[in-house]
Amino acid sequence: MGQRYFGEPIRRTEDIRLTTGQGHYLDDIGAGQPVLEAAFLRSPHANARIRSIDIADALDVEGVRAIYLYEDLAGPVAEPLPVLIPHPALTAPRTPYALAKDRVHHVGQAVAMVVAENRYLAEDAAERIVVDYEVLPAVASLDMARAAERHAHDDVPDNISAHLLQTVGDLDAGFAKATHTLEFDLHVERSASTPLEGKGVYAKWDADDSSLRVYSSTQASTSVRAAIAAKLEIPLLKVEVIAPDVGGGFGVKIAHPWPEEIMVPFAAIRLGQPVKWAEDRREHFISASHERGQDHHVRVGFDDNGVVTALDVLFYHDNGAFTPYGIINPIITSTQLLGPYKPGAYRVDFYSMYTNTVQVTPYRGAGRPQGVFVMERTMDKIAQALGRDRAEVRAANFIQPDEFPYDQGLIFQDGRPLIYDSGNYPHQLTMLKDMIGWDSMGERRADAASRGKLLGVGMACYVEGTGVGPYEGAHVHIQTDGTVDVATGLTSQGQGHQTMLAQITADELGVPFEKIRVVTGDTRRFGYAVGTFASRTAVMSGSAVALAARAAKAKALRVAANALECNENDLEIVDGVVQMKGAPDTKIDLGTVAVLSNPLRYAFDKAAQAATQFQGVDDFDKPPVAEDDEPGLEGKDYYSPPRSTFASGMHAAVVEIDPETFDIHIDKYYVVHDCGRLVNPMIVAGQVHGGVAQGIGGALYEKMEYDEDGQLQNASFMDFLMPYVTEIPQKELGQLELGHQETPSPLNPIGVKGAGEAGVIPVSALIASAIEDAVGFPVDSMPISPNDLYRLHERFAAGELPHVERYAASPSAATRARRGAATRTKKSADTSS
Amino acid sequence: MKPAPFRMYAPHTVAQAVATLAALEAEGQHAKVLAGGQSLVPVLAMRLAEPGHLVDINGVAGLDAIDVSSAGVRVGALVRHAELLRHAEANRVQPLLSQALNLVAHATIRNRGTTVGSLAHADPSGEMTAVLVLTGGSVTAVSVRGEREIPAAEFFVGPLESSLAADELALSAFFPAAPAGAGTAFVEMARRHGDYALSGVGAVVIPGPSRDEGAPTISVSCGFLSVSETPLVLDLSDAWAAGEDSVMAVVRAAIDPQDDIHASADYRRHITGILAVRAIREALARVREEQAA
Amino acid sequence: MTTSVTPGTAVPGETRRVVELTVNGVHRSAEVDVRRTLADFLRHDLALTGTHVGCEHGVCGACTVLLDGLPVRSCLLFAATVSGHSITTIEGLGQLQPDGTTKVSPVQQAFRDCHALQCGFCTPGMLTTITAGLAENPHPTAQQAVDMISGNLCRCTGYQNIVEAVLRAAELMENPDAPLPDEGFTADEHAKGDA
Ligand SMILES: Cc1cc2nc3c(=O)[nH]c(=O)nc-3n(C[C@H](O)[C@H](O)[C@H](O)COP(=O)(O)OP(=O)(O)OC[C@H]3O[C@@H](n4cnc5c(N)ncnc54)[C@H](O)[C@@H]3O)c2cc1C
Ligand code: FES
Ligand code: FES
Repeated sequence: MGQRYFGEPIRRTEDIRLTTGQGHYLDDIGAGQPVLEAAFLRSPHANARIRSIDIADALDVEGVRAIYLYEDLAGPVAEPLPVLIPHPALTAPRTPYALAKDRVHHVGQAVAMVVAENRYLAEDAAERIVVDYEVLPAVASLDMARAAERHAHDDVPDNISAHLLQTVGDLDAGFAKATHTLEFDLHVERSASTPLEGKGVYAKWDADDSSLRVYSSTQASTSVRAAIAAKLEIPLLKVEVIAPDVGGGFGVKIAHPWPEEIMVPFAAIRLGQPVKWAEDRREHFISASHERGQDHHVRVGFDDNGVVTALDVLFYHDNGAFTPYGIINPIITSTQLLGPYKPGAYRVDFYSMYTNTVQVTPYRGAGRPQGVFVMERTMDKIAQALGRDRAEVRAANFIQPDEFPYDQGLIFQDGRPLIYDSGNYPHQLTMLKDMIGWDSMGERRADAASRGKLLGVGMACYVEGTGVGPYEGAHVHIQTDGTVDVATGLTSQGQGHQTMLAQITADELGVPFEKIRVVTGDTRRFGYAVGTFASRTAVMSGSAVALAARAAKAKALRVAANALECNENDLEIVDGVVQMKGAPDTKIDLGTVAVLSNPLRYAFDKAAQAATQFQGVDDFDKPPVAEDDEPGLEGKDYYSPPRSTFASGMHAAVVEIDPETFDIHIDKYYVVHDCGRLVNPMIVAGQVHGGVAQGIGGALYEKMEYDEDGQLQNASFMDFLMPYVTEIPQKELGQLELGHQETPSPLNPIGVKGAGEAGVIPVSALIASAIEDAVGFPVDSMPISPNDLYRLHERFAAGELPHVERYAASPSAATRARRGAATRTKKSADTSS
Repeated sequence: MKPAPFRMYAPHTVAQAVATLAALEAEGQHAKVLAGGQSLVPVLAMRLAEPGHLVDINGVAGLDAIDVSSAGVRVGALVRHAELLRHAEANRVQPLLSQALNLVAHATIRNRGTTVGSLAHADPSGEMTAVLVLTGGSVTAVSVRGEREIPAAEFFVGPLESSLAADELALSAFFPAAPAGAGTAFVEMARRHGDYALSGVGAVVIPGPSRDEGAPTISVSCGFLSVSETPLVLDLSDAWAAGEDSVMAVVRAAIDPQDDIHASADYRRHITGILAVRAIREALARVREEQAA
Repeated sequence: MTTSVTPGTAVPGETRRVVELTVNGVHRSAEVDVRRTLADFLRHDLALTGTHVGCEHGVCGACTVLLDGLPVRSCLLFAATVSGHSITTIEGLGQLQPDGTTKVSPVQQAFRDCHALQCGFCTPGMLTTITAGLAENPHPTAQQAVDMISGNLCRCTGYQNIVEAVLRAAELMENPDAPLPDEGFTADEHAKGDA
């Protein structure tokens, strides 16, 4: 048995390049060479008609090579960009043109493209283009969208792009069974993926070959390729799209094709010279997707034990100005809201609304953080109403380990039934409670009090459908020198895919890890792929790589058996050598097997010469390459799962609040995470770390501040408050602890579930819970700043907000009954924000 | 995000620098001095300002001195925040310097940004503006017309506006020494560590010989940032004598904070009262430490 | 009070200028636009693309390089302003060996050992900042390690393993053979999911 890599914290192969400055990110391509650079003139208005555009002055700028406007486009490229994921409920889909036609729908929409000798000159020229706008009133918020006095699109008078109602079970019966009901509003604000590298596109046209090579900082190179081919009317096989090193994605780079992904190749073809566009930070804020903004209204019925008998949720989703990615986000919110729980009946009704703001497409978590916020706040409110411990109420609603597969009765984002494959929620909760010391916080509270601080603790649970289909594929190619090339079509943005996929290949083939090279996101190497999103790489490409490696291995054993004149079942591969089980002296190098697999007469190298000793016996009745066979030692396979696999997790935090300034400090953060089998625990832990930090950003710091006119007020890193290290609890300071539970997925060959998004999902929910626990009044809107908390406190002091009590585990039956009675008489009188 | 075109001037002496500024002024040109560039370059990159001429003083000889005397600390125009922060002698004479400088941006920005530049920038959210006013310091300006010393109280005219003339160079700033026996402190609250403060307060307390006969008194003064158009100083001796609540009331009545996306005027008013009390307490604790030592 | 100054002459303005720099120990000279930032000069004129640009307004720190040994934001400097000085970028952190190969520095090695990078975009700024930080303070506490990187944004790692890497680098500077740290989860349990 050689070394096993699956499950080991193997150090990343990527890092050798990336720690020495040898990465190749989009803006690095063509460095030091003459490359034309593009800048886009973007709308300064949220909603306006374009009366005229004057480029005369701009053309005078020295070094300007071209300026393109909508009127320069014809054919498919002049049509609106595609609606990538149509849905019957999306009755009014809208997408932008590659360059604004006669109308702009948000600040930042591309209006004109300038190509110049460098970016400085391109910006000089863009500044001189004069656009005459007729400014229209903007729909700058969900409230304004609902009021429908203003219209984000003239032909969508109610501002509604989609409406979808889903029901499971008998809601009325559920409410009838309930001994208590609560009704309240919850609210989550907009944030954004905000990778440290913006988007970018580089295109080079080869006139001799009539072919186009495009690099894009994308999460979906195969699909960008198809879009470019279609829009620019170039045969698909004449277009290559490569995702180079990508400086973070987190969802924003899954939306495509961006206007720039079409316009940069368009310009490169026309100008016959490479053209590059690297998005700057301000552009990224005002033209790359945002996410999260939703308003929820919840009605919940439950019994004396806190078991939910009926849950009725109505919510409004802010989809921004366009819906290129359909209604994936609100669908995920509506389905993943249920988490690890099984309400007696569930109705969810949502409206997806247009506003004159940047479009909304998935950001890590993709609608789940909002759903989890709603469900977990609901659990807290039930606990509050009954005077019970928050963990107890959650436990009372859990799906039990013997209930898997568990059918939630809904249709998930992939159009397939929402059936959880495996999990163990009660055990996860026990682990979390032990880690945090949930039932013994008294001493810590007293300690905080002695320092003049209010201490609060909160928890939240989630279930995350990961590894959605339809498929991913992989190609494994064993070379004659014994190295192995692996390719899969989806892309990487720092998740360590090259390492993780090499680990899987190494184990499947029995080849040392160092001999494996992995390429992702390069359409020259693998043409069919869906993309990197929904925490699907380990599940989808991981499984596909395993299957492809198995195919390559089967062939290797077959060829080797022929050479060694034995039965292939008696062979194994250890450290890159095919050998007889129990008689390792009978062996042949995998590289040699690769030579033998190709009955070519030329011996170029040592491996080929070595192969001559294994000529075997030629059977002259058979062709050199058998029917059904092909030369070479390759395996290619696809993995297409019946449905998603469901990872889960529970997080808890201890916060300290300054009762005078309302400064919020996260003192301790705990995670229990279950994503099935771990290919590389180090990489998974890293994904969780990063997710938690983004979650904390979304809970306490990050928010898109639009004013009444739809102007984004904080389109810079100075004002959009992405957390620094000082804002995130650190493991080295003893502030963060990760626990892992493993319930393998039965759905795929390697038992894994996705891990990429998990960390971010529950954070707002539990931070709200912890703050509420500390201050004693409800926190129903996130993110929350010290200023917001101060304002809530003022309202609380004025008697406008109810008091939130703190209940320990298993309170006396008397208290429980008393609280229960109180809510029953109150009926639906909980808080609203 | 690239700066619009400009011409750059690289004087080697103060005389050349001011002559260049004067010549540009005479031609009616919009010129800016470039020091550390940590405030100016972001503004240029975002094209929020497009001065046609930058006079880069980084090559000017003799502007990088920190002169410490018992009277105080004189800081040349090219002294980077980080150099002043590391200067033990300067901080012994005026501890407010390092107390405040530690809160100015991040270490990397401080390696390049100049203290005088941050005064010339006249951002009421800049810590050093509050320190200059609180210590009763001054800025020495120079132009072809000669040198003049501008007291702190006259230096700041409005938000991002100093009383430097367009053709004047700030040559140095002077921060008087802390009075003997005084305790100082600087506290602030920012959204993220290293951000411009939502509100900040510097305090100087001097345990008294009694001002009037009878009870011993202490003199308390505080300087404020981010809560008024120009940095503000209040004498809080009487308020402190009357108690912490009185300090908070006086402070909240005197300041004039504005709403912005990071905090409301209300909230700024609220926390500034608290921060003032905390700064004074901390400064007093330093006095006691000193006395104990 | 007004004193007189020695009269001087105005200097001429330029739109382009020849800059002379030592970059990673190599003398480089080029004529540049005076508005060219040091970041763009390094990346696009010298093709040293290891230095990254994440915001161009001084906040993210990805562009941090060492100017005469001290970390500065290369997006906030004009190449013309730093003529005559010495610059170190991520490409120059390794130590040249007698055999002509380059050995990665303890900080670079620590980043690999601790999984301190994911997408790698913030990494050049982190590495340069930490290199200077450890030169000043070779034995940081965990809190000092946090402070050392407190002006640099990372969107991927939550900074957890970067802080660890600062401490690991300090360890490697003392003992190049210090054993690899454990990475992963502190608590690990295999529960039965009845599936
Ligand atoms: C991310 C970031 C965070 C920051 N956070 C803070 C903070 O929390 N607190 C804070 O106080 N500052 C902060 N700053 C600003 C920093 O302190 C600057 O260094 C300082 O404000 C300006 O100094 P400078 O030398 O860089 O000036 P420059 O940017 O070169 O110039 C600023 C202005 O002053 C003028 N000027 C400069 N020097 C002179 C002179 N000698 N004579 C005449 N005019 C002159 C310039 O013409 C320009 O208008 C931050 C900066 C950044 C990039
Ligand atoms: S690019 Fe220079 S600090 Fe962000
Ligand atoms: S590793 Fe991606 S930003 Fe830090």
